[in-house]
Amino acid sequence: MDFLTFGVQLLNAIQYGAVLFLVASGLTLVFGILGVINLAHGAFYMLGAYLAYWIAAYTGSFWVALVGGVAIAFAVGLLLENVFIRRLYGRDHLAQVLLSFGLILVIDEARQLLFGKDVHSVMPPEGLRGAIQLTENLSYPVYRLAICVFCLIVAALIFLVITRTKIGMIVRAGAENREMTRTLGISFDRVNRYVFAVGIALAALGGIVVAPVSTVYPGMGDSMLILSFVVVVLGGIGSIGGAAIGALLIGLTDTFGKVFFPSVSSVLIYVLMAAVLLWRPNGILGRREI
Amino acid sequence: MNPQAEHRNSRAWLLSGLLLALAIALPFAAPTYYVQFVSKALIMGILAMALNLVVGYGGLVSLCHAAFFGIAGYVLALASPKYDAASLWWTLPLAVAASATAAAAIGTLALRTRGVYFIMVTLAFGEMLFFLFHDSKFAGGSDGAFVYNKPSMMLGDIVLLNLEKPIVYYFVVLATLVAVIALLTMLVRSPFGHALAASRDNERRARALGFPVFRIRLTAFIISGAIAGVAGYFAAAQFGFVAPQMLGWHLSATVLVMVLIGGLRSVTGPLLGALVLIGLEEILKAATEYWKLVEGIIVIVIVLALPNGVRDLLGLLAPRREAGHD
Repeated sequence: MDFLTFGVQLLNAIQYGAVLFLVASGLTLVFGILGVINLAHGAFYMLGAYLAYWIAAYTGSFWVALVGGVAIAFAVGLLLENVFIRRLYGRDHLAQVLLSFGLILVIDEARQLLFGKDVHSVMPPEGLRGAIQLTENLSYPVYRLAICVFCLIVAALIFLVITRTKIGMIVRAGAENREMTRTLGISFDRVNRYVFAVGIALAALGGIVVAPVSTVYPGMGDSMLILSFVVVVLGGIGSIGGAAIGALLIGLTDTFGKVFFPSVSSVLIYVLMAAVLLWRPNGILGRREI
Repeated sequence: MNPQAEHRNSRAWLLSGLLLALAIALPFAAPTYYVQFVSKALIMGILAMALNLVVGYGGLVSLCHAAFFGIAGYVLALASPKYDAASLWWTLPLAVAASATAAAAIGTLALRTRGVYFIMVTLAFGEMLFFLFHDSKFAGGSDGAFVYNKPSMMLGDIVLLNLEKPIVYYFVVLATLVAVIALLTMLVRSPFGHALAASRDNERRARALGFPVFRIRLTAFIISGAIAGVAGYFAAAQFGFVAPQMLGWHLSATVLVMVLIGGLRSVTGPLLGALVLIGLEEILKAATEYWKLVEGIIVIVIVLALPNGVRDLLGLLAPRREAGHD
């Protein structure tokens, strides 16, 4: 493998990891603050991709789809928190798992009713459709580079909000010690609602962003859910930094695994997860319990 | 034992006996279609009871039991000769051993974690096995594989059991079900079962008292995986077909719903949950094309309104007179 091909693969790995980070950070945020495990997270990723396809087909603009899709997901998140998720705080994990499983069934059928089960593709936005010519027969699509940059910006925004704002302080305090924070007079009611909606919006955003580089298909939520779980297990639950490390590790393992060990590539990320579990059962940045 | 409990105990025995008699009488009264339908429901009941050993008594929410269920099914499909019936004598132990081995491997890693990590890790490893069979060439890939002939039990040249006959198959499943109930009841009443429940209620205290918590949980996980394998073996034999979806986590979650419906604190509750959910699915499938939508809504309502499953429903119909006496 020469240097240029290596560079292209590295970019692919980073782009893959960047999208994984978007989705997994939403999942880890929701668990860290709300203490709720949301299996329907992947379903919102799928829904985001379908919304992108649908809005882009109607309006002809990817940018409208991006903003509209995120706004719809955010609104749905607020509504769901208010109606269902709120009732799960303090309930055991089994109730959370099953309620979100019920949500998956409902979302899948709603998708079937609204968009059908066809596989779709979405055009990248105008201006990002070209490719950068690297050599005579090697080029790199501009849109993939744009994904990397975009995800970096979103990641930077998340870090800024969490480390520099008051709401971020509450979020960190809540993740550190929920009971103590509540005792100090911080109410989580509103924070919970917005954190859940942001988490859902991040999942949908991931789906919207990848829609132009992958196909939009019904099962895409399931595979993304598993991957985000692996990311969170690798990085440590509730830790945004951990999600970034985990996502990058998965991106690298998967991309280079396919290049170097194509026959076992699908198992490699699970081997990675098993190794991390043996080494640090609470994740790379996770805290030790008990 | 106080007289009241004794009274309740004898009533429970009477009820179980009555139900068993009903189950034995069923194939002589009902058409074959229903016999097969009940066989399927009983198999799912075995799977749900197996899962409940880990979820209800161990307090560990596992999302990979469908994988143990599916592996055993695949072992039968791969071990069956194409033009002949496989021998139940060695294919059943082989299938169960394969499931138990998978449970041992996943359990060893997953049980290093707690709570929500455990859920995610079991889900991820379960999906790894799903993709292994989905992408495999030897097992038919995403199309699955056929079990051309149902296994049979031979002694020399005499056919003891031929599972091709629905009625024989039904009684074999029923006998297995009774054996599984007996085994699980013995387990949860044994010192091992109490230690398992103690680790669930207060892990730190159980550890401080000297219980090998990890080993207890791993043992329960392996036994549970092995019983799930028994269910998977018979499911593959009944449908004559295995597909990767058998290992998928949607099945694991559906079985968890059965456990919740039936209640987590009894051995046979999940069996009831399986019968209720499978019956419900059958009705919904006949009624509407969008049965999964309705099922999803029902699952959500059950979680929010009936956290203790059908027992809450019974409680609503006939409120318990003596409060605090459970």
